[in-house]
Amino acid sequence: MNKKNKIVKKVLVGISVMGLGFGAMAADPNPIKVGVMLPFSGVYGGLGDATRNGLKMALQEHAGELYGRQIEFIEMDTEAQPSRAPEIANSLLNKERADFIVGPVHSGVAMGMIKVLKDKNTIMIIPNAGIDAATGPLCAPNIFRTSFSSWQPSYPMGKIALEQGFKKVITMSWNYGFGKESLAAFEESFESGGGEIVKKILVPFPKTEFQSYLSEIGTIQPDAVFVFFAGGGAVKFVKDYDAMGLKSKIPLLGAGFLTEGTLEAQGVSAEGIQTTLHYADPLDNPENQRFRRDYQTNFGKPSDLYAVQGYDTGLMIASAVKALKGDISDQGALIKALETTEVISPRGAFTFSKAHNPIQNIYLRRVENGENQVIKLAASALEDPARGCKM
Amino acid sequence: MDSTLFIVQLINGIQYGLVLFLIASGLTLVFGVMGILNLAHGSMYMVGAYLAWYFVQHTGSFALSAFISAVIALCIGVVVERTLIRQLYRRNHLDQVLLTIGMIFVFNALQSLLWGNDPLGVEVPEALAASIPLTGIIEYPVYRIFVAVFCIVVAAAMYYVINKTRLGMLIRAGESNREMVECLGVDISRLYTIVFAIGVMLAAVAGVVAAPISSIVPGMGEHILISCFVVVVIGGMGSIKGAFVGALLVGLVDTFASVLVPELSSMMIYVFMAFVLLLKPQGLFSS
Repeated sequence: MNKKNKIVKKVLVGISVMGLGFGAMAADPNPIKVGVMLPFSGVYGGLGDATRNGLKMALQEHAGELYGRQIEFIEMDTEAQPSRAPEIANSLLNKERADFIVGPVHSGVAMGMIKVLKDKNTIMIIPNAGIDAATGPLCAPNIFRTSFSSWQPSYPMGKIALEQGFKKVITMSWNYGFGKESLAAFEESFESGGGEIVKKILVPFPKTEFQSYLSEIGTIQPDAVFVFFAGGGAVKFVKDYDAMGLKSKIPLLGAGFLTEGTLEAQGVSAEGIQTTLHYADPLDNPENQRFRRDYQTNFGKPSDLYAVQGYDTGLMIASAVKALKGDISDQGALIKALETTEVISPRGAFTFSKAHNPIQNIYLRRVENGENQVIKLAASALEDPARGCKM
Repeated sequence: MDSTLFIVQLINGIQYGLVLFLIASGLTLVFGVMGILNLAHGSMYMVGAYLAWYFVQHTGSFALSAFISAVIALCIGVVVERTLIRQLYRRNHLDQVLLTIGMIFVFNALQSLLWGNDPLGVEVPEALAASIPLTGIIEYPVYRIFVAVFCIVVAAAMYYVINKTRLGMLIRAGESNREMVECLGVDISRLYTIVFAIGVMLAAVAGVVAAPISSIVPGMGEHILISCFVVVVIGGMGSIKGAFVGALLVGLVDTFASVLVPELSSMMIYVFMAFVLLLKPQGLFSS
């Protein structure tokens, strides 16, 4: 087990300013402290590792542009346990006095962190957790997100389903925030275009015994099924859906997480599934190709969505530090610099909305030969409605 | 619900219940004979699934992988009983809980180190990969039927061993009075090693056969452990027969609850357990 509540390690990266052409600039001797609150163990451990790798890779690539500021990472394992979040966030804020706090993966942890960090003298950057409230009712000047809101990846799928001629759809997900928000976003665009949700199935989280629900779907026989599942549950669902003979008769649609990091385990059962997401591994642009190659070289394994989101978080920090010439002591100026950053991401360039959520492209993907192939752009520069955000 | 859907759900419930029995049987066997509450039992289920994945990658044969995994699980059982569990016989349940919870952490950490944290999957063996058309457009996977039959065979084998063989006689005797069995010159410590190893193997084998129809993820053991405890408590702690009946009931209640009262389905098996305990505080078949 990881040492609970202790700093796993502190790492210094950065390159001395000497000889880099910033001669006149006096280097600030204090490192920039980046608190990292990610799950390094448990179900989401793999996601935490990938996010951290991406984050460090970006800051290492741009180490020469930080006006001599070094980066100190303080890594804390959240174990994806919402109950531990406030305590860890507090210690990063008050004890370590972190300039940036990057995290988390899990939306429940995000809620705990926001409670502590909202309007405080640090910058919180969420590299994954999609809960709409983070850039909705709970939005704050010092809270940013480099990933997505739950609404974003699912909303465009409603229109796609109608385009493909599906009129009656069953929606299904775990009965928890991210799942319900994803279904609601799909339903919003699907119903406004004239589609009908014939049944909505909410499975208790984290139950993965799907047989009884699948039998019901087979009896109702809708035109298509839209689901939100991720990780191990996504693997099981996709395999069960195929084994029940449903896949060839009722097309399966989903938010992209259904086939993200799970394709190897899902095997042939995943072939043909269509999903929408803000990224796809084989996305054809020079940044993505370079990113994937460098990540493979640095870490000896293929990159994924979570690595991209971590990487973009690093790019964002580097760009703000650069814009302020290394002096990030004025929080107002720092927030302004972050807000106006255009992140040249492997997913395609994106900017930030008023609520500090990415305005980004969403892609329609189909699983072909074990990869999420991009079919087309499902929505261009899609902005989360940020309902309830008064910023 | 029309009658065909009812029958499909009945099959779903029985099939799920049989898998639960396979896992819970080892837990209740070890408790019944040795008085040990093994909270790490779910970890053995996880270990079985990961071993199956690992050996299928390397041998390509599911049957061979299942055999190797079962043998490894037996060895783990022997080693764990001889080194750790043995310290607990004269201690109270709190010490048992502490040690076996500690074992959960150790097995989880080993799993993370050896196999990483990404979800893994095992393909259904080719010979069983077909599906049988059932009703309308629903097909039932042959492999799930195989799993159900396998669980019934294991249940029958356990019934035979416990009721008809010398080992079974000793197990039953050990359950009712261990001092007396010791006084009669039976090597009770060897019996305990055998029983514990079999318990571990049952959990691991359940993990192996469940591997192709589940996702292999960190924490899968803890999740299944809770359902197993419900099964064992309903059936009566220590009773194999109780575990069998309890597992089928839990499977059916869970399946039908998720269709009929979806909003309440997550709590229905616990409500059912409370109801059973109200009528029979020791469970249905307490010894």
